[in-house]
Amino acid sequence: MSNSNHHTDHATLAEKFNRDEARVNWHDETLWFIRQKRDRAAWSLGNEWEPLRETASAIKAHTLSNLSDYLQQFEKAAQQNGITVHWAADGEEHNRIVHGILAKHNATQLVKSKSMLTEECHLNDYLKEKGVEVIDTDLGERIVQLAEEHPSHIVLPCIHWKKEEIGELFHKHLGSPEGVIDPSFLTNTARVHLREKFLTRRVAITGVNFAIAETGEFVVCTNEGNADMGAHLSDVHIACMGIEKLIPKREHLGVFLRLLARSATGQPITTYSSHFKKPREGQEMHLVLVDNGRSTQLGREDFRNSLKCIRCGACFNTCPVYRRSGGHSYHTAIAGPIGSILAPNLDMRQYKDLPFASTLCGSCSNVCPVKINIHEQLYQWRQVLTEEGYQPKSKTVAMKAMAATLSKPSLFSIAGKWGRKVMGLVPGLVSNRLNPWYKQREMPAPPEQSFTEWYKQNRKGGKS
Amino acid sequence: MRVGLFIPCYVNQFYPQVGIATLQLLEKFGCEVDYPLAQTCCGQPMANSGYESLTGNCNELFTKNFSSFDYIVCPSGSCVLHIKEHLHSAKDRTAATAIRRNVYELTEFLTDVLNVDRLQAAFPYKVGLHQSCHGQRGLHLSQMSELVAKPYSKPERLLNMVEGLELIELDRKDECCGFGGTFCVTEEAVSVKMGKDRVRDHEAHGADYITGADMSCLMHLQGILKRQGSKVQVKHIAEILNAQ
Amino acid sequence: MSSRDAILQKVKAAQPSLLPLPSIEKQPREVDAVKQFQAVLESIGGKVVFLNAEESIAEKTVALFPEAKRIVSSITAVQNYFFSDYKSLRHHSLQDVDVAIIEAQFGVAENGAVWVTEEDLKIRVLPFICEHLVAVVDSTTIVATLHEAYERIGASAYGFGAFIAGPSKTADIEQSLVLGAHGPKSMTVFLLH
Ligand code: SF4
Repeated sequence: MSNSNHHTDHATLAEKFNRDEARVNWHDETLWFIRQKRDRAAWSLGNEWEPLRETASAIKAHTLSNLSDYLQQFEKAAQQNGITVHWAADGEEHNRIVHGILAKHNATQLVKSKSMLTEECHLNDYLKEKGVEVIDTDLGERIVQLAEEHPSHIVLPCIHWKKEEIGELFHKHLGSPEGVIDPSFLTNTARVHLREKFLTRRVAITGVNFAIAETGEFVVCTNEGNADMGAHLSDVHIACMGIEKLIPKREHLGVFLRLLARSATGQPITTYSSHFKKPREGQEMHLVLVDNGRSTQLGREDFRNSLKCIRCGACFNTCPVYRRSGGHSYHTAIAGPIGSILAPNLDMRQYKDLPFASTLCGSCSNVCPVKINIHEQLYQWRQVLTEEGYQPKSKTVAMKAMAATLSKPSLFSIAGKWGRKVMGLVPGLVSNRLNPWYKQREMPAPPEQSFTEWYKQNRKGGKS
Repeated sequence: MRVGLFIPCYVNQFYPQVGIATLQLLEKFGCEVDYPLAQTCCGQPMANSGYESLTGNCNELFTKNFSSFDYIVCPSGSCVLHIKEHLHSAKDRTAATAIRRNVYELTEFLTDVLNVDRLQAAFPYKVGLHQSCHGQRGLHLSQMSELVAKPYSKPERLLNMVEGLELIELDRKDECCGFGGTFCVTEEAVSVKMGKDRVRDHEAHGADYITGADMSCLMHLQGILKRQGSKVQVKHIAEILNAQ
Repeated sequence: MSSRDAILQKVKAAQPSLLPLPSIEKQPREVDAVKQFQAVLESIGGKVVFLNAEESIAEKTVALFPEAKRIVSSITAVQNYFFSDYKSLRHHSLQDVDVAIIEAQFGVAENGAVWVTEEDLKIRVLPFICEHLVAVVDSTTIVATLHEAYERIGASAYGFGAFIAGPSKTADIEQSLVLGAHGPKSMTVFLLH
C-alpha cells in the first residue's frame, strides 16, 4: 500500500483497488454511512441549511475578491497579538521557514496535528531529511504515518484501514498485544504512546481551519484535542495555513462552524473549536501563510471558486467514484472531487487524469457547504487540458473522427448501419476482452433497423 | 404546437423502440411531431471528453435541424442538459438561444408543458426508477437527496399513473450508475462496480424492471444484468408510459 | 521582492472586482434552549447534571468521581480544589489530573458546546489534559445557535478561547466511536439554576 503512485493514473490505481471487491464494498458503505450522518445533520437545521450554504459561499466569494487587503489586515492584527507572521510563496519555502524556526530553537523533534497544507507541501519528508522527527498526533494520521503512507481522506486519514491491520501495526510499532483489534483498546494504546510525546516535545505544528482578518486570530477544529494538547504544552507553536483560509470577521465563524462538522461527519460541532489569538505567556507563536499556487488559481476565473473550500470532506463521502476507488488512487495529498480540481492547477501534466475520474454526477456540488460548482469545474478542466495539449494524441484523432461523422448526417447513418451490421454478424469482433465495455458487460443486441429507418417507413413526413 | 423530436444517436441506432414510444406518446397527447431526418448527435460525447471545441459543426447542424419548432423533446435528460448548457451557434445565435430555452426532456415536457395528469397505460410489474444524474441534478426532474428541500419527482409522478405498476423503494435512491460517457470505458473498473451496486440495490428490492429517463445509463445496467444472467430487465420510461 | 510582497501583488492582480459581503440572517428559533442543550450534549457523549444554588460543586464532583485522586479547579469559589499556585505551576504537571472543574461563560443549545477563555481556565491546557472534565454553566446563559454565541462573544478580548462540546473523541478506527482520544474521557456540565 505504498504511496509511490506518482507515475500512474487514477484508472489504473482504481482498477487495482477494485481487485478486492469485498473491501471496496466495505469502503463504500463506511463512507456512505458518513454521508447519511451528514444528511441527518443538515436536515436537523431544516430550512436554515440551504441559506446557510448560500451565505457561506457568498462570504468566501467576497473574501476572495478582497483577499490582498484582508491578508494585510490579518497580518497586522496578528502581529499586534504577538504572533510572528511568515509568508511562503510555495511548499518549498514553507518547509524552509518551518525548519528555520526549529533550527533557531535547536529542536529536532515535534508534534503535529492535522494539517492538509503540510501534506500538500510534503513537510514531513522535508524535515525527515533534515533529521527532524515529526510525530503526527491525529490518531488516523499517526496510523498512516506508522505505515509509511499518506492520508487517503482529508478528514478521515485512515478510512481505508481495517482494525485487524491497525491491530497488527500497533503490535509491531507500539507493542500492543498480538491479535488485539478492539478500537477502544487500540485508541488507548495510541493515547498512552502520544501522551508521552505531547509531554516531551517543545514544538507543536497545527493547521488552521479559519483565520479572522479583523482580529488576527485563527481557529483550529479537532475532535481528539490533539491540536490543543500539542499547542498548549509547547514552547513554540507553528500554525500553517493557505492564504484562502481567511474570513473577514469573527461573527462569520458562526456560519462556518455551523456548516463544517455537520458536513464533515454529521456532528453538530467538532468537540474542540479553539480560537488562538495570542501566544501563551512565555510561548512563541508563528503563523506561516502559504500561497503555493493559490494566487494562480485565484486568477483562473473558472476555477477561482475552488478556493472557497473549507476541507470538510463531504464531497469525498458522497462521491460514488471516490468511495469505490480509494483516496490513494488520486495520487495527490488532497484526493476526491475537490482534489481533482485543485491538483491540475499545481501540475497539469501530473494530474491530467483527475478531472476524468468522475462521471460528472454532480453530487459533490450539492453537498458542498460553500457551494463550489465542483462538477462544472471538472468539466471545465477537461476542456483546458485539451486546449493545453495534455490529451493523448490517439484520443484527439478519435474525437476528430467522431466530430466529422456527427456533423455529416449521411456519414452518420452509414456509420450507424455499418456498426449495427458488424455487431450482428460478428459479435466477437466487438465483444472481446480488448473492448473495456465487454470485459464485465454485454453489448446491446443490434436491432433490425434504426429509428430513422423505422420513421421513414411509418410516418409521412419521413418519406423525404 | 409543433414539436421537434430529438432522438439521441445511440438510441437511434440501438434502441429504436424508445424513439417509437416517445413519438407515439407525444402524438397521443395531440402534439404535431416532426423528426428532422438530418439529425445526428448533441455533441456531448466529445464535450465531456474535453473536446467541446470540436462540437461547432455538430452545434450548427443541431441548430439548423431544430430552429423551426415550438418545442424540442428528447427521451434523454443527459442530451437535453448538454444542449441547454452548451448549444451555441455562430450562424444563428437567436435560434440557438431559443432552442436552449425550448428543449425538454420527455418526462418534464409531459409534466410541465402538457400537464399530463392521466395516462392510458398499464404495466403490471415491480419497477425500480433509476435517477439519471444529468436529468435529476442537472434538469431537476426530481429532488436531490443531498439538499434539504421538499421531495418531488416528475418521472415518479408519471409512473404512478400507470396501471398495475408498483414502484419499489431503493436504499440509495439517487446514486450514479457509473456510466458517465467515456468514463464507462476509461474507468472500466469503477464504472462497472458502480453499475453492479445499482443493480444489486434494485434486485434486493424485488424489481422486475429498472426504468429511467436516460437510455445510456440503462444500457450500462443492462450490460451488467445480462452478463450476470439476471432476470431483471431494463425499459426506458417512454416505453412504460406508452405500454398498453 | 520579498515573498510577502510578491504574494500580495499576485493576489491583488488575480482577485476579481469586489463582491458584496452578505449579512448573516438569523432565523428565530422556538425551542427550550436548556432542554435542547441537554439533549444535544448527551447525544455527543456529554453528561448534564442540574445543580441548585445551595448544592456544592466540589461535593457533587466528589460524588460523581469517588475514585479521583487529583481534582483541580480553575474556579476560585471552589476553594478546596482551586489551584492558587497556577502562575508558577508547570503546565505539564497537570497530566495526572483526574478531574478538572472549570467555569464556562455560556452554552449553545444547537450543538451542546460551552464557551471558555483563558481567563476562565487560568491554564490553557487544563480542559484538554485532564481525564475527566466538569464545566459549570449557568442555565440562563444558554443561547440557541452559534450566531447568538458570537454575538455574545462580540469583540471581547482573549488570548485563547474555545468551544468545547463533549469528551475528546475519535472514530478513526473503522468509524467506531471511542471517547477519550487524547483529552478527557468524559465531560459533565453542571447546569446551575
Ligand atoms: S469542496 Fe466543498 S465539500 Fe469538498 S471538502 Fe471542500 S468544502 Fe467540503
